[in-house]
Amino acid sequence: MDDLSGAFAQAFRLIVGFDPDLLEIVVLSLQVSLSAVILAGLIGLPAGAAVSVTRFPGRAVVIAVMNAMMGLPPVVAGLAVYLMLSRAGPLGDWGLLYTPSAMVIAQTVLVAPIIAALTRQAIEDLHGDYDEQLRAFGIGRSGMIATLLWEARVGLFTVLLAGFGRAVSEVGAVIMVGGNIDHVTRVMTTAIALETSKGALDLALGLGIVLLVIVLGVNALAGLLRMGVAGRAHA
Amino acid sequence: MPDDGTVLTTTGSLAGAEVLPVCGRDLVVARDGRRLVDSANLALDQPGVTALMGPNGAGKSLLLRLLAGLIAPDQGAVTWAGTVPDRMRASRVGLVFHRPVMLRRTGLANVAFALKVAGIPRAQRHDRALEALASGGLEHLAASPARVLSGGEQQRLALVRALAPEPQALLLDEPTANLDPVSTLAIEELIVRSAKTGMRILLVTHDPAQAQRLADRIAFMHAGQVEAPVSADTFFNDPASARARAFIAGRLVL
Ligand SMILES: Nc1ncnc2c1ncn2[C@@H]1O[C@H](COP(=O)(O)OP(=O)(O)OP(=O)(O)O)[C@@H](O)[C@H]1O
Ligand SMILES: [Mg+2]
Repeated sequence: MDDLSGAFAQAFRLIVGFDPDLLEIVVLSLQVSLSAVILAGLIGLPAGAAVSVTRFPGRAVVIAVMNAMMGLPPVVAGLAVYLMLSRAGPLGDWGLLYTPSAMVIAQTVLVAPIIAALTRQAIEDLHGDYDEQLRAFGIGRSGMIATLLWEARVGLFTVLLAGFGRAVSEVGAVIMVGGNIDHVTRVMTTAIALETSKGALDLALGLGIVLLVIVLGVNALAGLLRMGVAGRAHA
Repeated sequence: MPDDGTVLTTTGSLAGAEVLPVCGRDLVVARDGRRLVDSANLALDQPGVTALMGPNGAGKSLLLRLLAGLIAPDQGAVTWAGTVPDRMRASRVGLVFHRPVMLRRTGLANVAFALKVAGIPRAQRHDRALEALASGGLEHLAASPARVLSGGEQQRLALVRALAPEPQALLLDEPTANLDPVSTLAIEELIVRSAKTGMRILLVTHDPAQAQRLADRIAFMHAGQVEAPVSADTFFNDPASARARAFIAGRLVL
């Protein structure tokens, strides 16, 4: 018991004292996950919107696959990226395995389908209302997609937040392609797992608290934005 | 997320893009074995205001969407200046829906958006949008979020937004249906003024007095079919068909 309260006290000291080790891990985590969400957004937002405004054969299958991919297990995403980036893999020459870039790729693979699927839903609802009005102006396919993305901006920002929450808190994919190398690829989740298994509870607890605050903060922000949207449902 | 200022392609000047006459020939729209539009003919081949009247469900709104090129007929053809409608000329044929959709931005930005899609260069959009608002007496709505405006305000803004790119033809679906008398008057003045500039206007209305005030000719639509346009006097005093007569007397339902 004493150990535990001591560890908590030490953890707080690490946080408020901006312990350099802790800070380094937090900063790398945020860099990796923010990069992944930006990439996943660049892929998922237009892809999801394009599917919602286009009719083509096999569309139902594409949507079903997109929705199913939302539940992609992180270790499977990690395994897939590992196979691509490993020395024998098709992208082995890039030499990215066990670098932060590999972790960004793995989290992008994990999050892009989530963003695409949620974007598809959001834009499809809007499209029904806007389609004829926008076409009456003379808008084309890409203009339609861009305009609908912009009209849905608040809701889509909460989608990005959800993607970030998922990326920053997953451990399976980053540990497989990043390797949890000290000062190189050690992020919050992998460090917590490692430090806990070593019995170094103070750093694990400190990182756990930071991660919790980040994830809760992101979800609270998303919730507030959604409430704001609902409150102005007519706006 | 794309910034709304960079993504749409502009089409440059549309001065050479002719759409007149706007013409629908032998149009048929069939759904579930019902002919919602049934061999309808209607052309905006003369200047001025053509009113389209007829009972609920006659197919008036469908006909407007056909003429605007938003839906394709199952038979027959819509032509703009002799060729099938295309997106590049869509901004030359304005359409104001019965329930217009406002974009989530200010009144001014809604008008500027229509100008942008019509290919008006960025440098001119702001001033032209302001001018358009002023011409409809809506300067006070420039900075208001368009989607929280009242139904009547949205309808007036929608008309201003459709007029801003200076279309050659304008299709109006019951533009004053929800308006108070003052707003109705404002809209009617705008319609008259636009018609005087040479714009060809097709006006769907259920208000006989309005049709009499505004229309140079009136076409009667019933069960998907359109009777040839006649002058307002003829329409109300000496209607061509028994159905039109019954409609005017308030005895016709679809
Ligand atoms: N997409 C559609 N699918 C099936 N039926 C449709 C569709 N659109 C319209 N209709 C039907 O076509 C008929 C004509 O509709 P339309 O909206 O053109 O009538 P309208 O003359 O504009 O009537 P109102 O005066 O009430 O506005 C109606 O019976 C309507 O139910
Ligand atoms: Mg109608």
